[in-house]
Amino acid sequence: MQKRLIVQVEHLRKAYGSTVAVDDLSFEVYEGEIFGMIGPNGAGKTTTIECIEGLRRPDSGHIRVLGLDPQHDRYALRARIGMQLQESALQDRLKVWEALDLFAALYPRSIDWRPLLEQLGLADRHSTPFAKLSGGQKQRLFVALALVNDPDVVFLDELTTGLDPQARRAMWELVREIRNRGKTVFLTTHYMEEAQRLCDRVAIMDHGHIVALDTPENLIKTLGAEYRVLFAVDGPFDPQKLSSVAGVTRVETLDERVIVYGATAEVVGEVVKALTQSGTRMRDLRTEQPTLEDVFLALTGREMRD
Amino acid sequence: MRGFWKLTWTEVKLFLREPMAAFFTLAFPLMMLFLFGSIYGNKPTPFFGGYGSVDVSVPAYTAMIIATSGLLSLTIGMASYREQGILRRLYATPLRPQAILGAQVIVIFLMTLLGMVLLVIAGKLVYGLRFDGNPLYVLAAFVLSSMSFFALGFVLAGILPTARTAQIVAMVLCYPMIFLSGAAIPREVLPERIRQFAQVLPLSHVVTLLRGLWMGEPWGKYLWETVILATILIAGVLVSAKTFRWE
Repeated sequence: MQKRLIVQVEHLRKAYGSTVAVDDLSFEVYEGEIFGMIGPNGAGKTTTIECIEGLRRPDSGHIRVLGLDPQHDRYALRARIGMQLQESALQDRLKVWEALDLFAALYPRSIDWRPLLEQLGLADRHSTPFAKLSGGQKQRLFVALALVNDPDVVFLDELTTGLDPQARRAMWELVREIRNRGKTVFLTTHYMEEAQRLCDRVAIMDHGHIVALDTPENLIKTLGAEYRVLFAVDGPFDPQKLSSVAGVTRVETLDERVIVYGATAEVVGEVVKALTQSGTRMRDLRTEQPTLEDVFLALTGREMRD
Repeated sequence: MRGFWKLTWTEVKLFLREPMAAFFTLAFPLMMLFLFGSIYGNKPTPFFGGYGSVDVSVPAYTAMIIATSGLLSLTIGMASYREQGILRRLYATPLRPQAILGAQVIVIFLMTLLGMVLLVIAGKLVYGLRFDGNPLYVLAAFVLSSMSFFALGFVLAGILPTARTAQIVAMVLCYPMIFLSGAAIPREVLPERIRQFAQVLPLSHVVTLLRGLWMGEPWGKYLWETVILATILIAGVLVSAKTFRWE
């Protein structure tokens, strides 16, 4: 069954002066998915999401969100989408409950915000002023504000940037819950692990273009990246013993450390079996699977910069 | 409309929680009133045209509140709301941009009005403040003066790049103007040359208009002041509509 189209972008272009932020971008987001945009800072992620939200006017191209034009129907659209923005804040002395109470009144339709406080773990921060919240609490409050109008689609722009690893993982759980409530999620991130673990589909952006778009698994598969088995041996070791094992493409040794490469996940079991049968004494055995980061490096030829 | 009034009410609460803004708008003018009232009393004197020191100071202090509200509270408030990303967050809601700024104007106007009301009550109770004017005229002049200074505040908030520069520029403009225009100290005590120079300051026209109407002079005498303040209001709205930035 064809899923309902939530976001449709065709040939989007946006430049700031002579700097082209986004060039000829086209993609679609479907109902119920967690769609991620990933790329280094300056790749055009925020420009794209803000054009879709109607906060920026594209130079050219065609955008439809829930069938609406984000520029022409901006207020009708804002009532039906939830937004968490980068570089935004609330009044320092505004209390958590007042923020929710205020935002609930700004939308033509809103849900009871009290259960939201519970669900987002802010119940004990009910009367805390915004300025006194931690970074994670502020982000959770912004997520609550993005949900207070019961939107069909939620936009999260670098939701976890600046959060510690625990708060980040808690946020992933939260995003999955939002999706489980039937909402579509569109997020940007520059954390590869986040995109890989959270997103159903990922668009990799670089220099204002989408260089790849697929599920994380397919992106990794199409890269043809290798699985690696790494271990250390005590005493002499003949790497040739492993070259003939099924699935092994090559073996590298560096002093006492050995790296075995293979094309598929099965290579791990085969290598371990061969080592056990030959009675090789090994330690520090671990395996490495190709990640989205490998895909990104292969496609853009550079490290992710923060 | 529900969102607009909720935002207005929220901003009223926030204003009263902000000690600096509440102090300059509500408490400082009262302190001035009691300080100079206790020094000079409110005996009628030919020096003030048959009025007492408090009688001429209350409309002048009202002008001072208008200046601090428009040039300090509003300018610094809007510049820091923009710098922190608060305007950006509010702008991304279905609330219309005019409603977001309109709520700020209403709140700052109500606080300015409250500042004047406190002055009048204190002046009446403690010093037997004399008022010979038409309350409606004075209120109309108060609204005109407030709006033209708020428009100036929006212009400054629009063209100054950061909250820090907005604060410095607003203070540099506001404080000398308050003293030179006769809003903080009666212009009768200022040297003639300063009084003449002060005619270029917008606040001087507010002081002249409010003091005159307060004493029961006909509005026809203050057409020049009225035209200048109305021009500032219209020009300020037009300029800030072009220069105001949300982020």
